[in-house]
Formats: sequence, structure tokens, C-alpha cells
Amino acid sequence: MRHLLSTEDLSRSNAIRILDTAEEMAAVGEREVKKLPTLRGRTVVNLFFEDSTRTRISFEAAAKRLSADVINFAAKGSSVSKGESLKDTAQTLSAMGADAVVIRHWASGAPHRLAATDWIDAAVINAGDGTHEHPTQALLDAFTMRRHWSRLAGTPSAGADLSGMRVAIAGDVLHSRVARSNVWLLRTLGAEVTLVAPPTLLPIGVDKWPCSVSYDLDETLARGVDAMMMLRVQGERMNASFFPTTREYSRRWGFDDTRLRALDSLGLKDTIIMHPGPMNRGLEISSAAADSPRSTVLAQVRNGVSIRMAALYLLLSGDTREPAHQANSTHSTPAGHTSALVTKESH
Amino acid sequence: MVLSQADIDRALTRIAHEILESNKGSQDLVLLGIPRRGYPLAVRLAAKIAAADPTVDPAAIVGQLDVTMFRDDLSHQGMRPPYPTQLPRTGIDNKVVVLIDDVLYSGRTIRAALDAIIDLGRPRIVRLAVLIDRGHRELPIRADHVGKNLPTSSSEKVRVRLEETDTVDGVPVNEVVIEATA
Repeated sequence: MRHLLSTEDLSRSNAIRILDTAEEMAAVGEREVKKLPTLRGRTVVNLFFEDSTRTRISFEAAAKRLSADVINFAAKGSSVSKGESLKDTAQTLSAMGADAVVIRHWASGAPHRLAATDWIDAAVINAGDGTHEHPTQALLDAFTMRRHWSRLAGTPSAGADLSGMRVAIAGDVLHSRVARSNVWLLRTLGAEVTLVAPPTLLPIGVDKWPCSVSYDLDETLARGVDAMMMLRVQGERMNASFFPTTREYSRRWGFDDTRLRALDSLGLKDTIIMHPGPMNRGLEISSAAADSPRSTVLAQVRNGVSIRMAALYLLLSGDTREPAHQANSTHSTPAGHTSALVTKESH
Repeated sequence: MVLSQADIDRALTRIAHEILESNKGSQDLVLLGIPRRGYPLAVRLAAKIAAADPTVDPAAIVGQLDVTMFRDDLSHQGMRPPYPTQLPRTGIDNKVVVLIDDVLYSGRTIRAALDAIIDLGRPRIVRLAVLIDRGHRELPIRADHVGKNLPTSSSEKVRVRLEETDTVDGVPVNEVVIEATA
């Protein structure tokens, strides 16, 4: 593993290795000294072209717990707003000696572009690209589910997968990279996934995804669900009429107090309610559901740091990194760039 | 074969008594095995200490200390998966911690273990017990208790096989052998 770009091409063994490593990382968070010297001297750049609070802070906390140096880069207020291209930004970071780039971009495929070209010789971690993928979110969701699933089975979670677990993902699937990443990863780990959404919020080609599709949340719950994941209604991407009113949406697709009570009457006492955040309370999830003992929202945030520590550790340790590309070496070596900058400044 | 099953057993019995002797008893003793093979050796030593001193509960003094994240060769070696770190319920503060590993070679694993211990607490004393000391130290580190001093060439490999970690197809093995590397 050199980059972490998507869960679609993540093998079962690599996925379980990340989850198992995260299990050990989680133990560090419970110690008095919550820091490991593992990535001392390595530089992790958080390259965020899109707003984010929890993902960026989570990656920053993860890198810092492993003693890496963290550079935060937000597109707002940077040279990107002056029109700098992704290539120039990447090469600038490469010249500064970045060992890993955590990238969030509004364009689907931007992390792949960064990883596939010779612009930068660093591990690339996709922290969400457009409406494509968000692999670390899916991994932390799977980690949360695996802990729950193993606790129910009374077995240790290390090495386990999610065989037989019934997961429903409800809401704005069309715009959700979280849903896509989860569908691929949960399939790899052996869970049964059902997407629940109004037809207008399902992407074209969803029938070819490795999951089933339902238009009725109550029916899906009645058939039995072990983990219920609510997706955020992405208001900022809603550029057409996808549903009549927010009230109708919350009545038909939201996890409200009635459905929370229905879990008890259906005998689903061990079903957990998940949400990747940020939540629109009262729209896709009611406050009672979000704050109920079934809710794993805060556990997901906590597990996010462990998963990101595991990803950074697995990508940055080990001598698996390829040497810098020959054609690029004259441009991207730190020495070359430094001298170029010095010349420029001295004039 | 350098050590047979009976040789390993005798060496561990002697080390167990040495540990008790140098500690003047079993009070405050904590045995921390370094994965993978240090941990089963620590479990065996704890059983022998309990046999010599019936007041000792062997399960309550053994722990496992993973040093992967503290190594100085992470960027040169291949990826290493971390193992769990489990301390005895009493913790290690003000305890006499005996680190246990199978082979002492460069001393870098022990250096990492000392760093890992400092992040977990403050033992009163830290000692080191190893089954094999093969020389070639790269750091000023020595063992307090040694099963066998084994002069080796650095081109050789010392293989410790224990039934807890190296049983293949249900055939238990307990031996130490030297292999020449190609």
C-alpha cells in the first residue's frame, strides 16, 4: 500500500490490517502519554480545497499523536485563490519535503491525479474528493461497526470482519462520498448493505452497486438492521428540487423519534445509529436519536483519530516508497527548488 | 541445534531463580515480554517464579510490551504490524520491571522498549532477561540475566522456535538453532 485513495480497490487483507492497527492506536489514546515517536521528523500536509472541521482536525490529531510535523493548507486565503493549479501547489509542497499529503478536493479524482502523476513523491491520502470517495470515513465506520459486532458476538475484534452484519445507509446517497466508500468497504468485509433514499437522491447506475436499494425506510427497519447509518442532507450541493420540503424529507427519510421507538418495538435492541457528521438535527436525524445510547456519533469521531493514525503509520513506515521519478527529479528535489528560490529572491 | 527443549527449560528455571535472588523475593516484580517470542518466555518465567514462591499469582505479574512504534528502523525495514501492549493490572509505577526477549543482538529493540516503558509509567528498576545473547551490540546495553551466551557471526541468523509461536501443523517445537544466511 502506497496511497489510500479509495475503498473500492482496497483488498480485504489491507482493510483488516488497517482496522487491526487502529485497534492498537486506540489503546494509545487511553494512555497517560497519548503520543508515539513513530513518525518523528516526517511531514504531513493537510491540503484542504473544501471546508472541513472534523476530518482536518482528526488528521491533524492523528499526525501529531505519531509525532509528525503537520502543515495545514486551506485553499481559502492561499495562492489557490490567485489561480494556482493543483500541479503547482503539489510541487511546492513536494519542495517543502512533504512525506504525506492528505487531500480533500471538490473535484472527484483529484487525489488519484496527485498519486498517479510525478508531481509529488509523497503518500497521498484521500480525505474526500467531490462526490466520489472518503475512504478513512468508511474505515472508521467499519471500525465502529466491527467493535460493536465483535462485542455482541463476544469475540475479540482483531482480525475479524463484518460477515452477516446488516447495514442500512439512508439519505442523500447521490451526493455522498461516505455512502460510496462504505458500500465498497462493507462489501469487502462481508456485510449486507441496503441503501435507502428517495429515487431523486440515488445516482444513476446504483443498480450495479454491490448492495440492495430500498425506497422505504420503515420497511427496511422492519426487515431487521444491525447498523443504521444516516447521511447528511448536503444542502450546499442541492442545486435542484430533490424533495418537496424538508418536513416531508424528515417524515419519510429521517430517523425521527417514532422510528427510534420502532426499533424497540421491533425487538432490535442492539441496533446502533450512526452519522458521519455534521448532523442536521431535526432533518435527517432527531435529537433524541442522535443523543440516544444507540448513537455512535461520538465513538465514530474518536475512532476516526485511531483509523487515521493507522493509515499514516502504514503508509509512512516501511521502505516501500518508490524513488522519485527520474524526469521529475530536477524539478522536485528540495535542493533544486531551494536554489531556484534563492536565486529568485536575490534578484 | 544450540539449545534443545530441555536446555531452554533449564535456562529459564535458572533465570527465574536469578530474578528472585536479585530482587530478594517476589515483591513488586513485573515481567514484560516483548512480542512475539519474549511474551511466551515471560509467561513461562512467571510460572517458574510462582513454583518457587507460592504467594505469586503468575497471571498477575506478566504483561506484554510492544515496541514497534518506538523503533528507530521503521523507515528502513518493511512494514511491521503493531502488537497489543498489555500491562498487569497493578501497572508498572514503582515496580521492578524485568524486560524479557528471546535474542539480544544490536540492543536496538531494548532501546525502543526503554522508551516505550517511559511513556507508560515510572518503574523503580528496569532489568533485562534474554534467552540468547549473541553479541554484536550497537548500543551500550547489557542483559542482567542470560540463558546462553552464543558467539555468532553477523552473517548468521539465530532462530528461537517456541511451541506458543511456532507450532506448525500441530507439531510443537522448542529449540534454538543457528542458520547461515545465503
